[in-house]
Amino acid sequence: MAGAVTTVTAVSNETRPKHLTEARWVRWTLIGIALLFVSVVILLPLITVLLESFRKGWSVYIEALKDPDSIAALKLTLTTALIAVPLNTIFGVAAAWAITKFTFRGKNLLITLIDLPYAVSPVISGLVYILLFGAQGFLGPWLFEHDIKIVFATPGIILATMFVTFPFVARELIPLMESQGVQDEEAAVSLGSRGWRTFFRVTLPNIKWGLLYGIILCNARAMGEFGAVSVVSGHIRGETNTLPLHIEILYNEYQYTAAFAVASLLMLLAIVTLIIKSLIESKLVRSKHGE
Amino acid sequence: MNQRKKKWYSFNLLLVAVLMISVLSACGSNNNGNNSASPSASNEASESPGSSASASPSASPSASPSETPKKESVELLNVSYDPTRELYESFNESFAKYWKDTTGQTVKINQSHGGSGSQGRKVLDGLEADVVTLALAYDIDALADGGLLKTDWQTQFESNSSPYTSTIVFLVRKGNPKNIKDWNDLVRDDVEVITPNPKTSGGARWNYLAAWGYAAKQNGGDETKIKEFLKQLFDNVPVLDSGARGSTTTFVERKIGDVLLAWENEAYLAKKEYGDAFEIVTPSLSILAEPPVAIVDKVVDKRGTREVAEAYLKYLYTPEGQEIAAQNFYRPRLPEVAEKYKDQFPELNLLTIDGDFGGWRAAQEKHFNDGGTFDEIYTKGS
Amino acid sequence: MAKRKSVLPGRRLTLGFTILYLSLIVLIPLAGLVVKTAGLTLPQFWETVTSPRVLASYRVSLVTAFFAAVVNVVFGLIVAWVLVRYRFPGKKLVDGLIDIPFALPTAVAGIALTSIYAPNGWIGKLFDPLGIRIAYTPLGITLALIFIGVPFVVRTVQPVLQDLESDTEEASVLLGAYRWRTFRRVILPELIPPLLTGFALAFARGIGEYGSVVFISGNMPMKTEITPLLIITKLEQYEYSQATAIALVLLILSFGLLLIINSLQRWSNRRLRSS
Repeated sequence: MAGAVTTVTAVSNETRPKHLTEARWVRWTLIGIALLFVSVVILLPLITVLLESFRKGWSVYIEALKDPDSIAALKLTLTTALIAVPLNTIFGVAAAWAITKFTFRGKNLLITLIDLPYAVSPVISGLVYILLFGAQGFLGPWLFEHDIKIVFATPGIILATMFVTFPFVARELIPLMESQGVQDEEAAVSLGSRGWRTFFRVTLPNIKWGLLYGIILCNARAMGEFGAVSVVSGHIRGETNTLPLHIEILYNEYQYTAAFAVASLLMLLAIVTLIIKSLIESKLVRSKHGE
Repeated sequence: MNQRKKKWYSFNLLLVAVLMISVLSACGSNNNGNNSASPSASNEASESPGSSASASPSASPSASPSETPKKESVELLNVSYDPTRELYESFNESFAKYWKDTTGQTVKINQSHGGSGSQGRKVLDGLEADVVTLALAYDIDALADGGLLKTDWQTQFESNSSPYTSTIVFLVRKGNPKNIKDWNDLVRDDVEVITPNPKTSGGARWNYLAAWGYAAKQNGGDETKIKEFLKQLFDNVPVLDSGARGSTTTFVERKIGDVLLAWENEAYLAKKEYGDAFEIVTPSLSILAEPPVAIVDKVVDKRGTREVAEAYLKYLYTPEGQEIAAQNFYRPRLPEVAEKYKDQFPELNLLTIDGDFGGWRAAQEKHFNDGGTFDEIYTKGS
Repeated sequence: MAKRKSVLPGRRLTLGFTILYLSLIVLIPLAGLVVKTAGLTLPQFWETVTSPRVLASYRVSLVTAFFAAVVNVVFGLIVAWVLVRYRFPGKKLVDGLIDIPFALPTAVAGIALTSIYAPNGWIGKLFDPLGIRIAYTPLGITLALIFIGVPFVVRTVQPVLQDLESDTEEASVLLGAYRWRTFRRVILPELIPPLLTGFALAFARGIGEYGSVVFISGNMPMKTEITPLLIITKLEQYEYSQATAIALVLLILSFGLLLIINSLQRWSNRRLRSS
């Protein structure tokens, strides 16, 4: 899984000596295939979302976004991300530190377990919290008595989101910190630096771009998760609807244009996320070259 | 080394327990905070996460709600099924006005929609619905089995606790190009039928039973022939959506299929939304669908909302409520409203679930549970 | 690795927190799944997870996820290759687009893909007269899974391709090998571990995918019903233990795939290090 979201992109690779590259027609055929594939598979759905959302004009588009339920959904989505992402970030840093700076038995198992949420079906991620906190779940009766609501309320949505976005930061940092080794920190410690200080002064600057990249991916996924959240949300308009769920509701109410309008909002968030990401990447490459 | 490891593990176990408890209590105190805060707030609809529970935290389960003094605002959660979105949107508005006029209290009604079964499951799993308005009695029976309400809930309100009825009709494309008139046209080779999945959709179960009833009449109750008929019918289904709304979208927006088996109200609504692109065909025989309503005792007692919840459901039976139902293409129970809208709802022969199928529990058992007739026709030879 | 004890601080804190958080968010909830399934006896469990409809859903999920992953391996390799080695206009844009499936909500993807490939959609319209239906068939599901899986393959192959030393290629050319032969003999072997990892990742993700698939699949039992949908269906019939039993099968499957991925990764790391 480590390579799945690896950051570093070298730029210098594209000008190669002639004998190490292909004939012109091969090159352009390959580029053509790649472009066609990306356009059909990725670009086309994006364009569809945009076209559909503007089908009835600009005013309908604005109207859909100004709807109080849409705004409530946006708020809930942001709140969820605001809680889930920092927690997963703290976890990611701690896990990466533990895994890369120390040796212990069961490390590989631990890494696999951290990866697990990547591969678990989103439906299952939601289901497990229902089993735990639902009225018929293990803790359900106790929670009911104490009037604590977890599933079908905001805490359940946050938990499910945390589950789904659990590995993103950790998985980004582990390979990065592994490649950096422990020398820098050991040097700092031998010079008398204390724990937190070592981390903030030595480690953090080394990993900051990778960390940011992990956070951004984590955030994107947190805002867009549908399957898991759909299972634990009560689907109450204006209360427990996140943006992706709100899209589904609008879609089911014959408000296709509004559904696509809200979808385009999420798409915009995704694109902004990716623009920030590519800015970070170019920073990363530069800082790498600067070393 | 090993010993250290052991110590370390038990240390972690302890940590897990401690953190678990602290997280839970944090959640709890968080919610309690919301609860105690919002009733005193004068304006409605606080945006706190736990706000649907905010109405009356002070009423303990044993307190009788009618004696507690009226609060300035109260919230209700109505958990309903897919095609009632438009109905309850206007009904809630009307009821809020009525409640304000008669009691001076502001009521905010939250709505949740989805497939009937999935909505029932959510309530069973702890979604705190004050009232449920679902597609079939079976889903409310499941709640009764879970101890959320009394098993005789269906006697709590008039007419089997079903304030409005509906039936299953055919929606075809303009001009009825395939000339579909009745159920036996649906098994023709050149006809594609759209219906949701009876396993997940309440509406689809009504569809299935109506078709079964028709086939039973045609074949004099010969089950092998009935199953053969249904098998042919489902062989003609290219898309089996999980909910009624999904099927309507497939038929209307994706333009798949020649005929949609739909709730009468859903068919009229699609016609209203899409103008004259469709026609409604009434088959010779259909089924009387009675979507039931009920108060969830366990929730209203906890939240102290019984009075308003009861008034809410009773309002469905008033001339105003019946009028709104009729405007949204549900068949009203009240004779004078029914008379007014009689042109909209053609008379037709209707089977009933209790008379022809022995009630929902029996029907569910025989047809839709695992190994039931639906599984039989769908798994065999496909 | 180092035999001596690390001088770095924070071992107990970070490891403890990692395991605690992992337990709370992932392990304890997943254990609930196992406990709930234990409500079934072994024969009941077996009957549930091998009933014809469930078996058919595994087949749909596995076959579509497999083909989607294969398509992604082929085209993902080409895209990665082009992105690393060639220069062309719009390259930055293409590189950015690759990550879209990570970030775009799956429900949005599902709705968009359905409206493109439905018989009255842009592309569906072209194929409908030929009698080919894309949406509401396994083909449609495969397409949605291809969309979901693109970044996995591209992003695993890209860094390896970048790190590939040109020395070996150079040597091979000096020895008179043709370009294609060089690729097959020298480059491809290096790329096999990341390709396999990418394949396994896309495959694992595809088996579990729900949001984008439900819109386009048609949900026909025995034909286009995917396993995650079946879990939801069982829940809606109030069959909790059956739902968790099927979920458990999926869970074991994804865990197994992850173990394979991680050992593949270790294998490729070792190869890289030894070469």
